[in-house]
Amino acid sequence: MDLLRFSTAGSVDDGKSTLIGRMLYDSKGIFEDQLEAVTSASKQRLATGIDLSLLTDGLRAEREQGITIDVAYRYFATPRRKFIIADTPGHEQYTRNMATGASTADLAIILIDARKGVIEQSRRHSAISALLGIPRICVAVNKMDLVDWSQDVFDKIRHDYLELADKLGISGVELIPLSALLGDNVVVRSEQTPWYQGRTLIEYLETVEIPKERSSDKFRFPVQYVVRPDLNFRGFAGQIASGSVKPGDEIEVVPSGKRAVVKQLHFFDRDLPEASFPKSLTITLDREVDVSRGDVLVKAGAAPRLSRDLDAQVVWMDERPLALTRPYFLKQGSRTVRARITRVLYRTDIQTLSEIPTSNLGLNDIGRVRISAAQPILLDPYAQFRRTGAFILIDPETNATVAAGMVAQDQPESSSDVVWSESDVSRVSREARNGHRGGVVWFTGLSGSGKSTIAKALEKRLFHDHRQVYLLDGDNLRHGLNKDLGFSSEARRENLRRAAETAKILVDAGFLVLATFISPTAADRALVREVIGDRDFVEIHVSTPLAACEARDPKGLYARARSGEIREFTGVSAPWEPPANPLLELPTHKLSVPESVAKVVDLLEAKGLFAEVVEVPGGGI
Amino acid sequence: MSTKPIIESLDDHLEHLEALEAESIHIFREVAGEFERPAFLFSGGKDSIVMLRLAEKAFRPGRFPFPLVHVDTGHNFPEVIDFRDRRAAELGEKLIVRSVQDWIDDGRIAEKAGENDSRNRMQIPVLLGAIDEFKFDALFGGARRDEEKARAKERILSFRDTHGQWDPKNQRPELWNLYNARVHKGEHIRAFPISNWTELDIWMYLAKENLEIPSIYYAHERQVIWRGQWIPISHLLEPKPGEKVETRTVRFRTVGDMTCTGCVESPCSNAWDVVAETAASRVTERGSRVDDKASEAAMEDRKKEGYF
Repeated sequence: MDLLRFSTAGSVDDGKSTLIGRMLYDSKGIFEDQLEAVTSASKQRLATGIDLSLLTDGLRAEREQGITIDVAYRYFATPRRKFIIADTPGHEQYTRNMATGASTADLAIILIDARKGVIEQSRRHSAISALLGIPRICVAVNKMDLVDWSQDVFDKIRHDYLELADKLGISGVELIPLSALLGDNVVVRSEQTPWYQGRTLIEYLETVEIPKERSSDKFRFPVQYVVRPDLNFRGFAGQIASGSVKPGDEIEVVPSGKRAVVKQLHFFDRDLPEASFPKSLTITLDREVDVSRGDVLVKAGAAPRLSRDLDAQVVWMDERPLALTRPYFLKQGSRTVRARITRVLYRTDIQTLSEIPTSNLGLNDIGRVRISAAQPILLDPYAQFRRTGAFILIDPETNATVAAGMVAQDQPESSSDVVWSESDVSRVSREARNGHRGGVVWFTGLSGSGKSTIAKALEKRLFHDHRQVYLLDGDNLRHGLNKDLGFSSEARRENLRRAAETAKILVDAGFLVLATFISPTAADRALVREVIGDRDFVEIHVSTPLAACEARDPKGLYARARSGEIREFTGVSAPWEPPANPLLELPTHKLSVPESVAKVVDLLEAKGLFAEVVEVPGGGI
Repeated sequence: MSTKPIIESLDDHLEHLEALEAESIHIFREVAGEFERPAFLFSGGKDSIVMLRLAEKAFRPGRFPFPLVHVDTGHNFPEVIDFRDRRAAELGEKLIVRSVQDWIDDGRIAEKAGENDSRNRMQIPVLLGAIDEFKFDALFGGARRDEEKARAKERILSFRDTHGQWDPKNQRPELWNLYNARVHKGEHIRAFPISNWTELDIWMYLAKENLEIPSIYYAHERQVIWRGQWIPISHLLEPKPGEKVETRTVRFRTVGDMTCTGCVESPCSNAWDVVAETAASRVTERGSRVDDKASEAAMEDRKKEGYF
């Protein structure tokens, strides 16, 4: 007898709870006092007969609302197998619960109401099951009694579902016509379906084979704990995440790359001749090598790629949306590292399965992201390594588990082991030729304050003075580089991050960059300053008061903001935080354009940006 | 489905017991690896006896990286207390006992008068006091998800706030075997390594590992009265007028408070017999505890306050 873990997903009316109740009841996995409790609860709610679904709805809120809002685990056994059911709700707002239940399942039961066929919910369950790598799918076509046990109905559903499975890359699908309410083809074979020759649901669950990865090449052993009672014993305790191992195998320690030979597979009162997934044991090695919690033992010569940068599919699980600016903890195996999400590549629309470009993911969204970790992590693709290819993200502030991640099969070309490629022509060489330093003059201020007007005049003036100068305009950037970004707070922040990175490249090329961005909050400007670096960042506040800006209203935006046509407009309906210590303030309602330009030139002069740059011999070309 | 009995021979069950065992050992090591001050709640009951064996498998030949802790209600069966002390000594591990009676004696908690007032609720402040005293940040408990409906949804690493409370509506998602072990100061985690075991699994494992358990789990003669189930007579529980005291051959399925733990008539004298009996049983083990019958949501209410 072995163990089979399966997940179910469904909502109030598709009969999922009834199906589970039926399996527990007919296979005698339910006891008399539970049945008694259910019977009395059913009476209270004036339901007729026994409501089998009451067996599985655990928390009081759920009983009161008649819904299943969290993952519940159920257990039953037949003479052939022990089963663990991860029972999850089916609505879109519970995608995270479905993903949780699916993460440990060997098999998923997808419920389809025979009257409705393959609908949005079946698609969502199937997509999540495929994403979480569940190896087997069983489609329970329920309520067959309500369609007169029609073979045509069943065949149509089979056809539609296999088409969907094909699209999702799911193989190993089984479809079973049944009635959870009446019990037909659940445990007892139905007399209503002479046209169906397949197994009943329970027969299928008892006999289906789950592929197990036992090859030694795929051996992965995340070390959880070092057992060291005395000087004579030093064992590395953990659970085999995939593959197998035996004494005499040469292993490699990841990430150090040190090698050793397995001496013993220690297990309490004996040594094992070999062990495979999912055994927990303690491994001793033939020599002293430095191994600690978080390291992974793998077969020598078959070590996985390591990288600080990786692409992954994530399911976002927190109320707080993904934030590119926030650090997270990433836990993979027994290793926890700091990490940032540097990019959201797309969000997957679970109904159409299409990839939608976005800069953000919120609760229950599924998408692909690029992650940059502080320490290298294993690039085991989730599709082949269901344990070591998975990770979770934790918010260090709230300690909440905010995302489930799966390492993508294909990784970006240059992402792994990225070293900064140093050009042979240095910034200093360029600056020496230009005759001045590079840097960013960052103009912050309200819309209509005069940022662009001053910057344009300044650019003309500096160009005439033979300076390498370039005007980086916020609006213009949105036509090209940033055209995929909207105006949500996250998108605005990403817009600024990209602008700052662009400015940084231009500075490296020796340019004086004039950047005009409203950049309304202190956090925005801190982000920009962090990217560009203190030394190259000159912050100027174009401090024209709101009333004056609104009176000018050159693009008519204030009028539209006041009428509510534009929402979240800085100074009107979104916050404006003036900089605390700008290097210069330009109140343009009091200063002419030439006066403002002169003030900036004086400042840059004083900051030494126009000073001759002298190359130190040996420091580049 | 075939009509064979569920249990024919233990050999058929090694594979699934090994899978459960491997998962539990992994949980023990994860908690030991992530937390500064874990502790193991040891009651002397059969579930915590299985847990001790799993901890041995996780950490031997090393010592346990945590002490054993017991909250003694003063209403425990003497056989269980004897067993507790003996087992801890055999293992050579540290045992910390904190007593409800001490808290009553010095007035920190007051005992409610009345029949059927078990001391289950009174364990809560004593347990939270021990957590505070030793600054424990993780407690191993032997709860199983098959015991009760509220437990079916509890996480394996279950978060408790600074007041020791569980918030069932705001639980951390728990994926794969990746446990989020991060807590702020004053918060802690209850860790349930045998969450996925059933009562039957526990008995099969006791038989397979040949583990000793307190004698009251097996058939013995005892004076009992009938109150919807057989309740043992002791110095804590006298029969009321009209109640008939009988001597029956009984065994206990759980070892809780002596005043409210019922026993069943049974001839089982070893774990094997119990496996066969449990496989055929149609009454869950919590059905023999009076305190859970108070209301459908009784367990959920107690858990929110910090009960196991």
